[in-house]
Amino acid sequence: MPTLTYRDALNQALREEMQRDPSVFLMGEEVGVYQGAYKVSRGLLEEFGPMRVVDTPIAELGFAGVGVGAAMAGLRPVIEFMTWNFAVLALDQIVNSAAKILYESGGQVPIPIVFRGPNGAALQLAAQHSQAWESWLAHIPGLKVVAPATPADAKGLLKAAIRDDNPVIVLEGEMLYNTKGDVPEGEHVVPIGKADVKRAGTDVTLICHSKTVVPALKAAEQLQEQGVSAEVVDLRSLRPMDEETLVASVVKTNRCVVAEEGWPHCGIGAQVVDIIQREAFDSLDAPVLRVTQADVPMPYNKQLERAAKPSPEKIVAAARRVCYLD
Amino acid sequence: MATATAQPAKDEALLELQRRMLRQMLLVRRFEEKAAEAYALGKIGGFCHLYIGQEAVAAGSLAALRDDDYVICSYREHGQALVRGVPANAVMAELFGKATGCSRGKGGSMHLFDVSRRFMGGHAIVGGHIPLAAGLGFAIKYRGGDQVCLCYFGEAAVNIGVFHEALNMASVWKLPIIFCCENNRYGMGTAFERVAAVTDVVEHACSYDMAAELVNGMDAMAVYGATERAAERARKTGHPTLLEVRTYRFMGHSMSDPLHGVYRTKEEVEEQKKRDPISQLALKLKEEGALDDPALDALDAEVRAVVEAAVQFADQSPDPDLAELTSHVLVE
Repeated sequence: MPTLTYRDALNQALREEMQRDPSVFLMGEEVGVYQGAYKVSRGLLEEFGPMRVVDTPIAELGFAGVGVGAAMAGLRPVIEFMTWNFAVLALDQIVNSAAKILYESGGQVPIPIVFRGPNGAALQLAAQHSQAWESWLAHIPGLKVVAPATPADAKGLLKAAIRDDNPVIVLEGEMLYNTKGDVPEGEHVVPIGKADVKRAGTDVTLICHSKTVVPALKAAEQLQEQGVSAEVVDLRSLRPMDEETLVASVVKTNRCVVAEEGWPHCGIGAQVVDIIQREAFDSLDAPVLRVTQADVPMPYNKQLERAAKPSPEKIVAAARRVCYLD
Repeated sequence: MATATAQPAKDEALLELQRRMLRQMLLVRRFEEKAAEAYALGKIGGFCHLYIGQEAVAAGSLAALRDDDYVICSYREHGQALVRGVPANAVMAELFGKATGCSRGKGGSMHLFDVSRRFMGGHAIVGGHIPLAAGLGFAIKYRGGDQVCLCYFGEAAVNIGVFHEALNMASVWKLPIIFCCENNRYGMGTAFERVAAVTDVVEHACSYDMAAELVNGMDAMAVYGATERAAERARKTGHPTLLEVRTYRFMGHSMSDPLHGVYRTKEEVEEQKKRDPISQLALKLKEEGALDDPALDALDAEVRAVVEAAVQFADQSPDPDLAELTSHVLVE
């Protein structure tokens, strides 16, 4: 199996889907001539031309709406946001148009659209450029939300998103674009709504998604050295959420830590905890703990930024607490 | 001799078009009057924005369109839906929230949809549908079609940022769209000149290198002519057009608003009613000998019957099944 970066896996998914279906097109800032702000769209303009790889003005609300309108007419747009921090400007179109038109039209107008781009903090980009938006987006009925952590999942989930007849949010990780992994060639579609056990274990479940899968796996290694067997469950899909896989893991381990890049208040982890207390109440041997970004705007200073982010150390500490080792 | 015989045929076609528009405008007027009654009786809930006074805009502009063109509207869209051919029964049933409504009772007054007529909805965030129109235009161009997209919005939407974003993209990408600004002078209770630095909406076209036309919205034929020119431009060159159609609403902003309110005088409303687009078109047809009072009365009686039947249909239709609550959130 070839090894690809997360970036190239996304590029492969886009290329294959655009080859497969002429109604798929890519639109966003710098996707064409510049080859993508993060080079996810490298080579696509040359292969598919300017009608299918469309450079836009800096007008997130406007081109998000153009995408939804094109989807109303039956095309399958992929709208790239340079980052989800800019997509906040487009929320009216995502929330009020993409997510609602099927329902308010009584089922007449499906919106087969993908909104994608990097989400969450990178390095020292300060408060406005370092935010994780998944709890905002996963709150909305009418949307699906996925957040791949590995190159293989990035390819498979983006392909699934493009083929889906609903609006799908694909949250990528800027710090993941250079990570490498095995990626199946050709037809590799990861179904939306399925979590993935990234590491099996017996003593504690670490639930994570997207970029936090990396520190969670590191934490699991450190815990192993301390005699604690951690199971790492990657949500992959935040809406719908794979309750069955989460609950099965917690029923097995009886202990759980949820890690995410978002803020603690009303976060994705809060939703996970709701599921676990409801469906695995009798299996729990300790309260579920959460590791999140500190409840502050992201600071610029490197040391402060590190203190604000989830880390393997924070996840290990939480895991030890739910195991009553500390 | 061909011209001599063709001329009366053309005139007759023009008269026929005007008679058809007159019927559509009367239908909208009577429909809206009934909607107001039904609202007062509690049969219609929520927000309900009536089109009375603006009928010439929908009738004139939609007459210039083909069946395969797209239409997209704001939340004041009962008139456009009816003129586009959405059955009065289905529109009234939607206002009543019934299962037989054109959006299955799930959209209501502000979200009338009928994709079979390419009627792509009423949309209820001011200006939010203007980029959707650009997207429909983009899809037409993407597929190499010669259709157009006709997008209606009020003058207050011109102050929304996305109006400018959409016009810019429509122009730079040459999308076949007719942006039809129905300038009825008031955004809810705020006179346009109180909140707009540029009060001639057509002037905004300059910023986007776009063709534009100022149109008398009380004259259905003027609206028809301007829309036809814009549609031809879009079909032949792909270029969009901005139409500013000056009109006036004789009712309040919505049903929760008094007739003239404190933001405009009763005298102003009464003065505007002298320009009633229906009376004007009827008078014109009478002057041309193409309509007489008995014919007008018969037309009025016919549309009143259509509206009365629509009310009965809506009244007798069932509510949506409770299972409808969770259907159509996603395509399964």
